[in-house]
Amino acid sequence: MGDLDDLYREIILDHYRSPRNRGELESPPAHRVEGFNPLCGDEVVVSLLVEDGKLADLKIGGSGCSISQSSASLMSSAVKGKSVDEVFQLIRTFKGMMSIHEALLGHENETEEPEVIDVEKLGELAALQGVVKFPVRIKCATLSWNALAQGLDEVAAEAS
Amino acid sequence: MTALPLNVEALRKDFPLLTRTVHDRPIVYLDSASSALQPQSVINTMARYYETTHANVHRGVYATAEESTHLYEHARIMTGRFIGANEPEHEIVFTKNTTESINLVAHTWGRANLKAGDRILLTEMEHHANIVPWLMLAEEIGLEIRYIPVDGEGRLDLDDLSTLVAGVKLVGLSAMSNVLGTINPVTEIAAVAHSAGALVVVDGAQLVPHAPIKVTELGADFLAFSAHKMMGPTGIGVLWARKELLNAMPPFLGGGGMILDVKLDSFRPAAPPARFEAGTPPIAEAVGLSAAIEYLDEIGMDRIRAHELALTNHALARLDEKLGRDCRIFGPPAGADRGGVMSIAYRDVHAHDLAQVLDQFGVCVRPGHHCAKPLMRKLGVQATARASLSLFSDEHDIEVLIEGLLEAGRLFR
Repeated sequence: MGDLDDLYREIILDHYRSPRNRGELESPPAHRVEGFNPLCGDEVVVSLLVEDGKLADLKIGGSGCSISQSSASLMSSAVKGKSVDEVFQLIRTFKGMMSIHEALLGHENETEEPEVIDVEKLGELAALQGVVKFPVRIKCATLSWNALAQGLDEVAAEAS
Repeated sequence: MTALPLNVEALRKDFPLLTRTVHDRPIVYLDSASSALQPQSVINTMARYYETTHANVHRGVYATAEESTHLYEHARIMTGRFIGANEPEHEIVFTKNTTESINLVAHTWGRANLKAGDRILLTEMEHHANIVPWLMLAEEIGLEIRYIPVDGEGRLDLDDLSTLVAGVKLVGLSAMSNVLGTINPVTEIAAVAHSAGALVVVDGAQLVPHAPIKVTELGADFLAFSAHKMMGPTGIGVLWARKELLNAMPPFLGGGGMILDVKLDSFRPAAPPARFEAGTPPIAEAVGLSAAIEYLDEIGMDRIRAHELALTNHALARLDEKLGRDCRIFGPPAGADRGGVMSIAYRDVHAHDLAQVLDQFGVCVRPGHHCAKPLMRKLGVQATARASLSLFSDEHDIEVLIEGLLEAGRLFR
């Protein structure tokens, strides 16, 4: 099952079976944001705690398919403890990796120049690269990332 | 199992899409509950219509315009006869799909006949198409909506029906669930509804394409269904209603074709069904629907039902035999009140992952909530992988389905 092995890499299955940073943070002080995929019913709940310009802690709740849940778990491991600026940078890089097919599908809404994607920089997240071969599943992979970006924006808006 | 009632090998030759491969495997189409495939005759008939006849209907006096009008109105007669309507020319309204048909009832009959505080009764197994139009109307005018509950086997729990139906103006129910495959006792429920003074709107999207229906015996006052689930084209749906109901209903969309007369400050609506068909209708689609009905009639709806019932019973037994308790199928056990729709949960593999693995085997199933979120909540699942049968489905399709499910199990072990 050639293509399937690209989609369901061992790292992805591992994060699906044993999701990291699972749960919810007390809100407040944490900020809580929900992401829904209305087409399939997948949902993800991201609670995040921003302190001194850093994403001090975050937890992931919700349920869904292996791609949406493993992507959320991988994301949580990658962004926890990083500065908010670094997190936004990573979100852009990750969505860049996922946007190849979104552009083909006509869902492109980014006005910025596409970034040159340094897959090395993505570490374990690069395992999700195979998702772009399955355009329908890109929305599963980006669900938690969109929720995180929305959450960070909301936190910034509250602070200003 | 004993031989299936239909000669599937011969019938498959009628469906060009079945000759293609997916990921180097022959396609196994188990998603007819979403949308059915079209036989060559439907495709050819529509192409021939565009090649030789196309013109707008009810307008021109030139030859092709007359022919086009005749074909469109002939489709109405064919559709009415297919469901046993007494007066097809007055009782069949063409819409866009089942959803629009139900919305039409809510917008016109609903607004004219329901007022704040009125009650309507739906069921917990309805498709969003038979819930959301009523919720929208409830928000607008203030209705109380009650629901007939679904029991543990996926049937409607009718124990309290007479209590639930008291004071209700309208009962809305699906003839067959698109998630559970349950074929509901519409006639029995309609009798109770009528004796309580309620009208009955039936979502026939799943049952009409798969079993013989006679509206004169069904007990419904409104019946909605779609052409694309019965091997016709997308873009055309049907609303059947009793003539006197349609006659008393205000128009739906406004525009050309639905009027008797228009002045700068007023208009007079046309008689049904034109009253409900504003603008240029789906003409080629109506012609395609006629061809689909011809195709189904030639095989015979009772034989199609017998074939799908036999294969459903076989599939349920075979899934149980090969996958045992790892495989959960929602809805009633094998039997006469079950259509060819099987919503599958396999081990703890998410429905999207199941469908993704099945795709590699060429198997087309639908993962998700099937536009029935209240029912899914009741069942306690987020999503299922739904396999649905057609007149060209056979035992081999079920074996490939099982092969794919086993592979998904290995991958996610």
